[in-house]
Amino acid sequence: MVGITAYGGYVPRRRLPRSVILENVSWFNGGLKAYSKGERSMCNWDEDALTMAVEASRDCLDKARPDDIKAIYLASTTLPFTDRQNSGILGTALNLGQNMMTMDITSSQRAATSGLINALSVAKGTGGSALFATGEHRRSQTANTNELMFGDGGAALLLGNDDVVAEFVGAGQVAVDFVDHYRGQNADFDYNWEERWIRDEGYMKIVPGGVQAALDETGLSADDIDHFVMPGTIRNIAGMVAKACGIKPEAARDNLHNVMGESGTSHALVMLVDCLQDAKPGETIMVIGWGQGCDALVFRTTDKLSTMSNRKGIKGHLAHRKEEGNYNKFLAFNNLVEQDGGLRSETDKQTALTTLYRNKEMVIGFVGGKCEQCGTVQYPKARICVNPNCGAINTQEDHRMSETSAMIQSWTADNLTYAPDPPHHFGMVTFGEGGRMMADFTDVDEGGVAVGDEFRMVFRIKAADEKRNFNKYFWKAAPKI
Amino acid sequence: MATGIRDKVAILGMGCSKFGERWDCDAEDLIVEAYQEALIDAGIETSQIDAAWFATAIEEVHVGKSGVPLSVALRLPNIPVTRVENFCASGTEAFRGAVYAVASGAADIALAVGVEKLKDTGYGGLPQRGAGPLNDMIRNNGSAPGGFAQLATAYSEKHGVDMETVKKAIGTISVKSHANGAKNPKAHLQKEIPLETVLNAPMIAAPLGLFDCCGVSDGSACAIVTTPEIAKALGKNDRITVKALQLAVSNGQESGHNSWDGSYFLTTRKASERAYKEAGIEKPRDQISMFECHDCFSITEMVTMEDLYISNEGEAWRDVLDGFYNADGQVPCQIDGGLKCFGHPIGASGLRMLYEMYNQLLGRAGPRQLKDPTFGMTHNLGGQPHQNVSSVAIIGREGA
Repeated sequence: MVGITAYGGYVPRRRLPRSVILENVSWFNGGLKAYSKGERSMCNWDEDALTMAVEASRDCLDKARPDDIKAIYLASTTLPFTDRQNSGILGTALNLGQNMMTMDITSSQRAATSGLINALSVAKGTGGSALFATGEHRRSQTANTNELMFGDGGAALLLGNDDVVAEFVGAGQVAVDFVDHYRGQNADFDYNWEERWIRDEGYMKIVPGGVQAALDETGLSADDIDHFVMPGTIRNIAGMVAKACGIKPEAARDNLHNVMGESGTSHALVMLVDCLQDAKPGETIMVIGWGQGCDALVFRTTDKLSTMSNRKGIKGHLAHRKEEGNYNKFLAFNNLVEQDGGLRSETDKQTALTTLYRNKEMVIGFVGGKCEQCGTVQYPKARICVNPNCGAINTQEDHRMSETSAMIQSWTADNLTYAPDPPHHFGMVTFGEGGRMMADFTDVDEGGVAVGDEFRMVFRIKAADEKRNFNKYFWKAAPKI
Repeated sequence: MATGIRDKVAILGMGCSKFGERWDCDAEDLIVEAYQEALIDAGIETSQIDAAWFATAIEEVHVGKSGVPLSVALRLPNIPVTRVENFCASGTEAFRGAVYAVASGAADIALAVGVEKLKDTGYGGLPQRGAGPLNDMIRNNGSAPGGFAQLATAYSEKHGVDMETVKKAIGTISVKSHANGAKNPKAHLQKEIPLETVLNAPMIAAPLGLFDCCGVSDGSACAIVTTPEIAKALGKNDRITVKALQLAVSNGQESGHNSWDGSYFLTTRKASERAYKEAGIEKPRDQISMFECHDCFSITEMVTMEDLYISNEGEAWRDVLDGFYNADGQVPCQIDGGLKCFGHPIGASGLRMLYEMYNQLLGRAGPRQLKDPTFGMTHNLGGQPHQNVSSVAIIGREGA
């Protein structure tokens, strides 16, 4: 039986109330006031599709380190690199080894669901496990409806043939070049067509075809669907489609519009993870992916669902919330306003690719060393042990630092150094399994850090080399969720 | 242990430029300003100098690399000129090079010059620099005050001294340095300030406010050294000799091994222990007449007072509040205003400190003159508390 063996989610902790957006933009577009309710998630300045996919994947893998992962997929339309495999960076950050297929899937809001159908088919054929991750960092123009509709987030699924928590029953697909919106090569923002047309000619005519194809494939009837997972920013669109297809109206899942907004390519899986966190064993879930056609995937939950280890998923991350009342911060974090970073921000940020390649496990994978002779864990890993009572040479084996706790030994809030979200917090952290480092902090509030606090390490953008379009990634300490 | 440097080398002459925002000067002008004073003090000609050491730290905003800038600025007669760079200890390193050259017999007279032209960056504070392609990938972002501020949180935590008391003590340190700097015509900042000003200043890196941070200045300082015998032959009867020159450099223990608690400077303790031994000093609190420590930040000075074994561990804050380190206290510290007020042109700072100790020992310190000092100590700390270079130098009257 192939299916989902574990799930994870990620939603950035910052939530921007739509009312805050409207305070700043409704002078220009009064019609937006209709969308004043709820809030949207927004990335911190150091988050993007890739970092969210890493966090969702860590949530998904939890403590498990499956040694039979044969593929890593990453689906998104907002990946940081157009020509450098982003799923490869994901795999390195997670330390999952090299002997596997890695693949980016992109170019459509439906990339995640289409990719997932493929990944499940491959996993069924090859055996073993596969990690399927998504992340979407959505940008939009100010005063555009999308600014209110969008949100940022990610999800990850572990696929496999053993210990399945949601069996993949089958899928149906429809391909139609229906262009409700598009984003051309090198364009920053989507271009959108009229919502009423998208509803009537798009969703209402195309999705039922996909639903029917899935029902035909699986031999189920519409009435068998317990959870209908369908993203869509048009009000109650999932309910309307469900009704048109004969699916129980109450099966239509909440699209999380009020609490995080629409996370694009990620959103079908974000909603699926949210659904799996509610679902009971033996329930049937249909997931719809929309974008130049439609994917409809059917899963059936198993008894294993209730025995999964604890994880945050989408619900846990949604509960970890900080309201952002500063719209200008949202603009700055999303590079939507030209900001003077000051002379201190002008340092050259070129990355020596040779150096990065030699040290990719150290930098991207956050792998340190453990001395075989004295047992001292240390970062960075070095030829000679750092323990003043040891000093053994060439005795260090790889030691993953990312999954141990990080305790704050000393810290400061620095107003002098350039930081996109000053003051810049950093300090000495000591790791639960030994070792220490002077680390940047992220996702902290002024006045919210104290010596002795237990943090965890997260994969984030260290700096953006805007001159060369290269995001530099590293690990930072963040409060435990 | 080696016999050490004690009394093997004498200071023949010293000079120091006015420190500050020298908008009118290039580095070369500052070098000449300091050198002219030293040459007159030494009573020699340039042609008598056998070798030179040149300290500059931040070549990216400055004169560039190598010994050439010094040789060109002073038109040195094609003698050996070595550029040294060791963070904030660079000036002391130049001095060490010159002193060792004389002690070895390789040179009769040697020159040490330090200079830094920092006010061409376009902004306040030290320039942000890279640390190489790998370090830039894994090292934290942060300014110098950000790194040193953490001494305060760790110190407060370790010694159970509440942060309000720490703030008051380090604020008092700055008030003291401003009082001293006001009497120094070469100092960058020459204005007394009240404690309230320090405590209410804008925050730079918590808990360090603006007045907890030293000035970033342009300036140059210079020393000419020789053997005591040559100094005597040149008519120097009141001779100041080198008693100790020590340097300790981090090896990654503080940054990478959990044995260091972040509240003190491991290197300074090692360097000062070795320096006292080299100088034959057994009770530093009683024997050191005065000292200049590396007060890049007020908290650095307070912690260093303990690491130099003048104050007991965990008690420097009390000594500070008691006035122990004031101009009229038992062991005056930063009698010239320190980095805080004299200023901190990095490559020059170690030599500037020696300049003040030298003048004090010779009774030439004007309104700042202390009564009959015997030993003067200087200390530099370059880098960050968790990874640094620490130098300790002691000079004094010959035979003391």
